Amino acid sequence: MKRLMLGNEAVARGAYEAGVTVVSSYPGTPSTEITENIVKYDDIYVEWAPNEKVAAEVAAGASIAGARAMSCMKHVGLNVMADPVFTASYTGVNGGLVLCVADDQGMHSSQNEQDSRHYAQAAKIAMLEPSDSGECKEFTKKAYELSEEYDTPVFIRLSTRVSHSQSLVEEEEKCGYALRDYKKDPGKYVMTPANAVKRHAAVEERIKALTKFAETTDLNRIEDNGKKIGVIAAGITYMYAKEALGNEANFLKLGMIYPLPEKLIKDFAKKCDIVYVIEELDPIIENHCRAIGVSVKGKDAFTLLGEYTPAMIKKAVTGEEPEEPLRAEEPVPVRPPVMCAGCPHRGTYYVLKKLGLTVTGDIGCYTLGSAPPLECLDTTICMGASVGVSHGMAKARGEEFAKNTVAVIGDSTFIHSGITGLIDIVYNKGVSTVLILDNSITGMTGHQDNPTTGYTIRGEKTRQVNLITLCRGVGVDNVVVCDPFDVKELERVIKEETAKAEPSVIIVQRPCALLKSVKYTGHCEITDKCRKCKVCMKLGCPAITVKDGEMFIDVTQCNGCGLCVNVCPFGAIEKE
Amino acid sequence: MNIMIVGVGGQGTLLASRILGRVATKSGYDVKISEVHGMSQRGGSVVTYVKYGEKIYSPIIGEGEADIILAFELLEAYRALPYLKKGGTMIVNTQRMDPMPVITGAAKYPDNIEEKLARSVDLITADALAAAAEAGNIRAANVVLIGLLAKSTEVEKDVWLDTIRRTVPPRFLEVNLKAFELGYGM
Ligand SMILES: Cc1ncc(C[n+]2csc(CCOP(=O)(O)OP(=O)(O)O)c2C)c(N)n1
Ligand code: SF4
Ligand code: SF4
Repeated sequence: MKRLMLGNEAVARGAYEAGVTVVSSYPGTPSTEITENIVKYDDIYVEWAPNEKVAAEVAAGASIAGARAMSCMKHVGLNVMADPVFTASYTGVNGGLVLCVADDQGMHSSQNEQDSRHYAQAAKIAMLEPSDSGECKEFTKKAYELSEEYDTPVFIRLSTRVSHSQSLVEEEEKCGYALRDYKKDPGKYVMTPANAVKRHAAVEERIKALTKFAETTDLNRIEDNGKKIGVIAAGITYMYAKEALGNEANFLKLGMIYPLPEKLIKDFAKKCDIVYVIEELDPIIENHCRAIGVSVKGKDAFTLLGEYTPAMIKKAVTGEEPEEPLRAEEPVPVRPPVMCAGCPHRGTYYVLKKLGLTVTGDIGCYTLGSAPPLECLDTTICMGASVGVSHGMAKARGEEFAKNTVAVIGDSTFIHSGITGLIDIVYNKGVSTVLILDNSITGMTGHQDNPTTGYTIRGEKTRQVNLITLCRGVGVDNVVVCDPFDVKELERVIKEETAKAEPSVIIVQRPCALLKSVKYTGHCEITDKCRKCKVCMKLGCPAITVKDGEMFIDVTQCNGCGLCVNVCPFGAIEKE
Repeated sequence: MNIMIVGVGGQGTLLASRILGRVATKSGYDVKISEVHGMSQRGGSVVTYVKYGEKIYSPIIGEGEADIILAFELLEAYRALPYLKKGGTMIVNTQRMDPMPVITGAAKYPDNIEEKLARSVDLITADALAAAAEAGNIRAANVVLIGLLAKSTEVEKDVWLDTIRRTVPPRFLEVNLKAFELGYGM
């Protein structure tokens, strides 16, 4: 029976059916649900690693040891993973190794829009790209076969619309994959220069063999509708193009996007008067076509930015304008995401805003503190960057500037890559203050456990990283723990620690309001003691708003966290 | 059939689209659902698309393509207006939730959205929160709206009820079935 599945769920199903036994990943939208769905299969070992680099190394180790292994990440996670991946390309595999990378065209949940296909070319690793959930499952299984046959890691490239769309998938039995033998083989797995020289040659041979494979595999297919217009597309844009053009064009649907075929493309182009390459982001297939002497229309007709739509494709190819749609009579205000009612980060930002500090930010729910009314952040670059950026600012502008600067970083992000920045501060005589916003979870990506929570991905209890001893251990003498809802105390602590000419860490601790263990009850109410000073409005709580000129708390949104009670100078807010 | 479900992160639009998707699958259609996960779930605008028919390619719905828009909040209904087909139906929960730019005073919440929508679309409105409260839990407002939507489709009521039984956790089932009935009876 066919069942509706998310693309991510289907990749997990494919991994199960392929006999995968080890999966190590770090969460990141839109890739997270692959690993979360692996949890359903008891016979697969699955873990959240502290970051993508470690995850890839664990998967590579499992593969060398003979297991079929997987690691999943979002596009920027591949940057973190890149170092082991480029060399895993040289070592090749023993058991199949598949790396799933999910791009985020349109930046629904990301800080950039990089095109991960460049990595396939750069690392010389085969890359498959499914168009719907059915293909997610099929291509995953195929990727393991290719990985072992060609002795290579294989990328599966996903995108928000493939990962987070549901379509029908046929479930099949698990195949009988058995752990392959492990033999010591330094020539293949110890990448000293002497060995790597030989392995590089093997990689080049492999790409030649895979290019040949690309010419004939059914992953790439031509749909000849006897039309003059030809379309070359892969992944979700193939679906958009199909919807836009139906049988009014010939299609070359590419399931393998690295390496790309040559003869197949030339033969296809010969059948058409005009060929469009329709690909979101960078002109990778287009450049390949030009390089092999096939003239195509690509980025001259389509944008480099964001997501495509069927309507946009139809217009570019047929010139047909869509009918003018219905329109609102006035501008509709945007609704940007905000921290939840009851969010622990809100207390921290309330204090930081009040103190007017320079705040180097990081990536997580607390990045939402950059929006009005909190508007606290000065920088956000990538995971872990808050710490190094703060140290760099201090070195550029001196100690006085440092005294008015703090870094904010979440618990998961600190473990991911903030700790190395902190070591830099200590080692190089920095004086910065780092606030670890410890909400006991990896919030932004949908609540995953991490090394600081004390639980594994399967919810089993495990050894918990102690942030206090960790920071002391790397040489930070000033480590203070504080509750972000005790705003007076937090203000005092931040003033005290930033004034010191030494590194400090303030662990601001209160769990995420959405955790099951958090039991705020009731809601708050504004009483007639209110003098309309609007201090509570500075919190940016979505439950507090103005109605007919009066402060008003929306009971459907308030969860009774009590933060506003703590900041009201007139005691006008009461808990029901 | 193209159905767009819009609302505010946290309102339970995802459950609604999943129930609808399963109902359509059971009825023998090809189905695609496009969901939103991640950042915008934190109180931002959320949009899910449910498409079913003989054969569905793209999982997304473009401007002027939705047969029905199910809106969990007034402003989100208004925002989604360009996506509705001419002659399409909008089912709108009359709840108002101020977005942050309105709370901070940077923008104004449009007045009389219901009236403005009624001028150009076939509009069905409901106070789903009140009905959910009546069913026993305001969190079941999404299922009230599912009930209301069910009435606008050709699928039999039993298929909906059966799907809700399979989708909703047992401890919330009673409230949700009641919420569905209230929506269906509106
Ligand atoms: C390299 C990289 N990997 C993954 C992500 C996805 N991501 C964004 S925020 C985040 C973690 C946030 O957790 P935490 O630091 O604990 O903060 P919280 O959201 O809980 O406040 C992750 C994994 C990313 N942006 N970059
Ligand atoms: S999920 Fe948790 S940490 Fe994230 S905004 Fe909501 S309450 Fe805050
Ligand atoms: S209104 Fe007050 S008590 Fe309610 S969630 Fe917001 S800050 Fe917390």
